[in-house]
Amino acid sequence: MDAFLQHLVNGLVLGGTYALLGIGLTLIFGLMNLVNFAHGEFYTLGAYATFAALALGGTNFFLAVAAAIVVGAAAGALCERVLLRPLRDESIDTTMLVMIGRWIALQNGELLVWGGVAKSIPHPFPTAPLVLGPVGIAPLRLFVVLTALGLIGLSWLLIQKTRLGTAMRATFQDRETAALMGVRIGRIHTATFAFGSALAAAAGALLGPIFLAYPSMGDLASLKAFSVVILGGLGNLAGATLGGVILGIAEELGAGYVSSGYRDAVGFVIIILVLLLRPSGLFARSERIG
Amino acid sequence: MRRLAAALGAAAMLTLPLWLASPYHLHVVIMAGIFTILALSLNLLLGYTGQLSLGHAGFFGIGAYTSALLALHWEWPFWLALPSAALTAGLAGYGIGRLALKVRGAYFVLVTISFAGVISLISINWMELTNGPLGLPGVPAPELPGLSFRTKGAYYYLVLAAAGLSYLVCHRVVRSRLGRAFVALRENEPLAESVGVDPTRTLVAAAVLSAAMAGVAGSLYAHYTRFVSPEVFLFSYTVTMVIMVVAGGKGTLLGPVVGAILFTALPEALREAMAWQWQMVAYGLLLVALVFFLPRGIVPTVASWRR
Amino acid sequence: MATLSVEDLAVEFGGVAALAGVSFGVRTGTITSLIGPNGAGKTTAFNAITGYLRPRRGRVALDDVPLTGHRPCDIARRGIVRTFQKTSVFPALSVHDNVMVGLHLRGRAGVLAILGGRRAVRDEEARLITEAESVMTFVGLGHRRDEAASALPYGEQRLVELAVALAARPRLLLLDEPGAGMTGGEKERLIELIRRLRDDGLTVLLVEHDMRLVMGISDTVIVLNHGRVIAEGPPAAIQAHPDVIRAYLGASARA
Repeated sequence: MDAFLQHLVNGLVLGGTYALLGIGLTLIFGLMNLVNFAHGEFYTLGAYATFAALALGGTNFFLAVAAAIVVGAAAGALCERVLLRPLRDESIDTTMLVMIGRWIALQNGELLVWGGVAKSIPHPFPTAPLVLGPVGIAPLRLFVVLTALGLIGLSWLLIQKTRLGTAMRATFQDRETAALMGVRIGRIHTATFAFGSALAAAAGALLGPIFLAYPSMGDLASLKAFSVVILGGLGNLAGATLGGVILGIAEELGAGYVSSGYRDAVGFVIIILVLLLRPSGLFARSERIG
Repeated sequence: MRRLAAALGAAAMLTLPLWLASPYHLHVVIMAGIFTILALSLNLLLGYTGQLSLGHAGFFGIGAYTSALLALHWEWPFWLALPSAALTAGLAGYGIGRLALKVRGAYFVLVTISFAGVISLISINWMELTNGPLGLPGVPAPELPGLSFRTKGAYYYLVLAAAGLSYLVCHRVVRSRLGRAFVALRENEPLAESVGVDPTRTLVAAAVLSAAMAGVAGSLYAHYTRFVSPEVFLFSYTVTMVIMVVAGGKGTLLGPVVGAILFTALPEALREAMAWQWQMVAYGLLLVALVFFLPRGIVPTVASWRR
Repeated sequence: MATLSVEDLAVEFGGVAALAGVSFGVRTGTITSLIGPNGAGKTTAFNAITGYLRPRRGRVALDDVPLTGHRPCDIARRGIVRTFQKTSVFPALSVHDNVMVGLHLRGRAGVLAILGGRRAVRDEEARLITEAESVMTFVGLGHRRDEAASALPYGEQRLVELAVALAARPRLLLLDEPGAGMTGGEKERLIELIRRLRDDGLTVLLVEHDMRLVMGISDTVIVLNHGRVIAEGPPAAIQAHPDVIRAYLGASARA
């Protein structure tokens, strides 16, 4: 029972960050109808940015994490303006191919800059776990889950309570009417992509110290983000949060009770099963229009 | 004039081992041939039917493993192992094909990536079957009574024959009622349905053919390198295939061939000049550039220049 | 024979009834028009009849063979082909290739035969090419054979649509606003074509807004409003029908 609770706690820590990844992607995918395969690259960017800020800039840990988030936002905005804006009207195939190209270039660029050896990101927390009854949690992990929850809360506030958030929701629901109402769609897209990327970078900055930073860490992150989005429903923030937690816990339980080698398969299996049993969930046969 | 060029080209290809004696160059040509088959197969799904399948390495790997395991554990001759590889991969293709119907566009891409991901993890973790990351060494080379295909020269002819056959299959399919159905689904599915094109049967046919062909490529690869490991499922193989098809010209017959030859030869040529990581960066940038500047690919663009 | 019977057909979108229980029949060898104000449910009816929408309830049958809930490709196989309200062609393909797709059901070559390069397949291809020629000639597109469908002027694209549908040799042809956006001359030619088709034995059901076209060509007119049939009969009777007039002009027109 204790082991189970421990897995649950670990799963929550992971889940919180998966939720961040998922929220960012569900906004991007949902609002911009963009299959952002390179979402994980911002995750990687976040981890490396934290590393760089600490190793080269010598700032303290918390500032480094904050810097990583800012870098993520900036990189996202840049990417949207330069690469994605011109392709707005192209078919989904074309956009996907560009995404993939970007993915390859970024990842291998990181490989060149940082080398293939994983980097460990130093953090100020003591390593001895805090013991809360039957479970123990490392202070770092506690920080991660609390920060993740904080960011999730902030995201929710942004979407629900600010003008920008309202404009984003309007664009998601009905782009044309939103445009007619004066919403600057271009700006919303840039903001959405920047925001989503910032969250991904945050996830990377938070998980980097736990797991090490290496160039291909984003690949799995991308796919897990998609799995969270598919679980929670496109554009659904609460769904993404819940989905992230479910994925985190499922992975931990799977790794603990089934086999740790197949841990990453959980996300894949979710994608396949959910899409099979609730086929894309968007348009059931009876509402299809010819 | 074209006839002469084609005849010369054919003669060159048929006598290649005689004038390209370096084992290294032969190796490159053989790999180009295997990738040609892969690119042609992906093109059926990506180019003609318009389904962006990013799990194609999965079919390649299934073919490679099936062929290797049959030859190693059950001592099947290559000539039985190859068709079995095609069959197994084709079965996987059937599954993907049926999925493609329920799950479209971006979701289909995700499912195909997930499929390849799951298969990859299985090959790494199911030690009893696949020997995990250690891989399966010692896959036997094909043999005929009196003739062994251990030498690169002999293997070249095997791959040439297979590639030629693959091209012929694609040619026949594309020019047929089935090929028209592929394209119709891509261009305007509701309209295609209105005149009786069955999306289920058509997509499944495309997926099975495509997967089986990739399985053949996998088998050829396994018996050539005589070693199979989970690396066959690497996403970079899929990416390379996609680049070959897109750069060469998706939805054309020659496009994938040109793409395959170009992108097998290019890395080898660049090998001296730049480190592998730079190559991949270049690939990524190239893909982006292609999409922006040469969206239809090399073959169609050249064809329209000549007009 | 191609008698269509529609019974109590109902379609809902998120709780709103687009079709609230529609019943009508189309007699074989006739031209029937389905008219009604915008939003009356005409295209919805087409979609439900041809399998693009799943109806809530109701029955669709061709010559008493039930077709409700079947897939569009299976309904096409049974002999019902429809065109679309928005111009629908295979844009990247030539006119010839467009029509060749339309001939899909006229061929039988299976995967194995195609792979094997059998003689029968080649003969079938030759036959299909000849059929394509005759369809293109019939609608008057022979001179556009090798041009990309998307490059043609609007009126000719609609003819391509018609050619594709005709290539499938339907017994019942459903035309969704075939005359929309056409010039007067093009409409005249269209009317001619549809009449010739009817005379050759084809049953036609069409949705149209051009009243002159409708009244001039139809044997029967069915009027829909708010998802229900409000009138059915020969053109003259419909033109004088009070409910129809009210539906089009609104209740305020009490003159």
